[in-house]
Amino acid sequence: MSATSVSACPACVAAPSAEAIAAARAEKASGIVLSLPTAHCAVCISDVERELMRVPGVRSARVNLTLKRVSVEAGPEAAPALLIERLGRIGYEAHELDPGLLSVTETDRRGRDLLMRLGVAGFAMMNVMLLSVAVWSGAEAATRDLFHWISAAIALPTLVFAGQPFFTSAWTSLKARRLGMDVPISLALILSSAISLYETIEGGEHAYFDAAVSLCFFLLAGRYLDYRSRAAARSAAEELAALEVPRAVRIGAAGDVTVPIAELAAGDLVRVKPGARMPVDGIVTEGASEIDRSLLTGETLPVRVDGGAAVSAGEVNLTGPLVVRVTAAGRDSSLHRMADLVAVAESAKNRYTSLADRMARAYSPSVHLLALGAFIGWMVQSGGDVRLAVNIASAVLIITCPCALALAVPAVVTAASGRLFRRGLLIKDGTALERLAEVDTVVFDKTGTLTMGTPRPVALDRHATPDLAIAAALAAGSAHPLSASLAAALREMGVTPAPVGDLREVPGEGMEATHAGRRVRLGRADWAGAEARDATATYLDTGDGKPARAFIFADRLRPGAEAAVATLKAAGKHVVLLSGDAEAPVADMARTLGIEEWRAAVRPEEKAAHVASLTGAGARVLMVGDGLNDTAALAGAHVSISPASALDAARVASDIVLLGQDLAPIAEAAKLAVTARRRIKQNFGLSLAYNTIAVPVALLGLATPLIAALAMSASSITVSLNALRLR
Amino acid sequence: MEMLVYLIPASLLLGGAGLVAFLWALRSRQFEDPEGDGQRFLSEDWDEHPKP
Repeated sequence: MSATSVSACPACVAAPSAEAIAAARAEKASGIVLSLPTAHCAVCISDVERELMRVPGVRSARVNLTLKRVSVEAGPEAAPALLIERLGRIGYEAHELDPGLLSVTETDRRGRDLLMRLGVAGFAMMNVMLLSVAVWSGAEAATRDLFHWISAAIALPTLVFAGQPFFTSAWTSLKARRLGMDVPISLALILSSAISLYETIEGGEHAYFDAAVSLCFFLLAGRYLDYRSRAAARSAAEELAALEVPRAVRIGAAGDVTVPIAELAAGDLVRVKPGARMPVDGIVTEGASEIDRSLLTGETLPVRVDGGAAVSAGEVNLTGPLVVRVTAAGRDSSLHRMADLVAVAESAKNRYTSLADRMARAYSPSVHLLALGAFIGWMVQSGGDVRLAVNIASAVLIITCPCALALAVPAVVTAASGRLFRRGLLIKDGTALERLAEVDTVVFDKTGTLTMGTPRPVALDRHATPDLAIAAALAAGSAHPLSASLAAALREMGVTPAPVGDLREVPGEGMEATHAGRRVRLGRADWAGAEARDATATYLDTGDGKPARAFIFADRLRPGAEAAVATLKAAGKHVVLLSGDAEAPVADMARTLGIEEWRAAVRPEEKAAHVASLTGAGARVLMVGDGLNDTAALAGAHVSISPASALDAARVASDIVLLGQDLAPIAEAAKLAVTARRRIKQNFGLSLAYNTIAVPVALLGLATPLIAALAMSASSITVSLNALRLR
Repeated sequence: MEMLVYLIPASLLLGGAGLVAFLWALRSRQFEDPEGDGQRFLSEDWDEHPKP
């Protein structure tokens, strides 16, 4: 499980400055927030809270099951990494969330504000409806006027208060010379309350206070649902962002100084500790080590570097300290160039118009035209009766008002994303589901996406027990990923490490020690005196003259990878595997999963280009990837998914984040998205059907407040119920 | 009809009480975790004595 916490936030572990910041934050005893993607029941709540309370220094822990998070109040001794490890031990996956909660409290406040307006509108609607029932059932003269006045007293302040979100948004869109959905809504609210007030003063028969208030209530409900699903996704995604602090250790005349990367210039010397991420592009001048390029290129095999080798920003230094001469920092580094590619691709994606937008674009002008037409028509017909014409025009506005339309999309999206969230998928973008429904081609990355990105030793039982004992002793001394994984696997097998002396790590080579008077080595092939094999492996030389033993590693498939690929293929999707890794492991993976089309050793630009060419050929591409080499492709695809363990940039570029380790929900999401889009279209159809019946009635001047109230409530309720079928 | 003089204020008052209760619940953050609150009541952790 510790491997998970490492991969969940590589930067936290890698960047020493990030750790320092985390420590500084903990000292202030501020809250730690952890995401708990697998928590789902009452037992989970008790387990997590009890386990966290046992950690010394923790003052309180409270699980929020809706958001799948736990907030912890703790002193400096309970660091997030420790809490994550403790939770891992009892079987709960946890990721640290950025506790810069400012934006979250901000969204909380806006959500509460909407909910409060919804509550006030609901209260007013109930009371006005009660009074209206009396009017509808035949109250007359003074009684009717009294009821109208009381309704007005309740409805008008309510509309002023609860209608604000619509008025402000309508005003903004009018200033920008556009006709959004909110313009007809505001117009209907204002016009109907004005005409009702006039009718009340004149002692008229019809007042639309009930319709205006219930219109406001239903629309606020849609707005709140929409807001809620977006806010939950956005804040969680924001917080998932790992602590990646761009700092570097510069070697100056006065010794080492930690400086922000922006202050580095080409020619500076920087020191990169083992386990840290390369802050800049550069050339190694001192030291030897191995570097992990997997996040940049998808290669699983660490690469050996020594003096003169070129390194790129974003790579992880594994074994020895390095001194690097900066060739490009900040804006010019390869990391940054990749980010620029993402920005270009992003702007292309923003051009997608959602179903609701397309609907609104046709809808608002026609509503205004209809109302205006009704007004003019009745003016002519009645010979200049303004009161009657305005009455009918406002009835038309109320009845055509997009109550059901405004609920149609948010209700479906909320139901669908709620269901996906329970399965561990976080929808970051409002239109992601719609785009996912259109997908016909799925492109997978290999390392870290289809696989866990953590190599595991295979066929350990083929080795003799004494060899394993020596390997265990040597591997335990290094933080190299292969060593760490080997040590963990041997510990699980119950191998007792052999007694060794003089254990030391030779940077860039491996571990060396003495055992029973002989020199033993675990490390690179040529160093341990072995023939290098065509696979990820480490070699053990026991110093007794026998040839070195190879420990072969294989990357583990992510759980659910096979099921996800099989289901996608069964659904008629074209599945492609693009990897930056070498040909052999990619071919092997493609065969295991039954993917016919694959390409190995693909560079990041080629990935993006491949996705673009697929798109050019008319395909709608879903890209699933995690590395920096995938970001441009993720941003360029029609819709994209990345696992929570992915690099920050990849998560930012993708529309959907997979919170758990299992890949199976992807196939499910694709299926659900199609259903969701069908429901949205059905909902549009339903509300249009209501309108085609109700609009002629309103145009003919036959619409009474009773008919308006019935049409509106009935269509809103049918639409919501239809959406709820998705849950 | 005189009853209306009492009944309408009474119904408004009752409705208003409901609204106040809702606003209070909203302010004391009772809508933050509807799912968790639904599940929490099943746990036996603090059945014997209240959470300290």
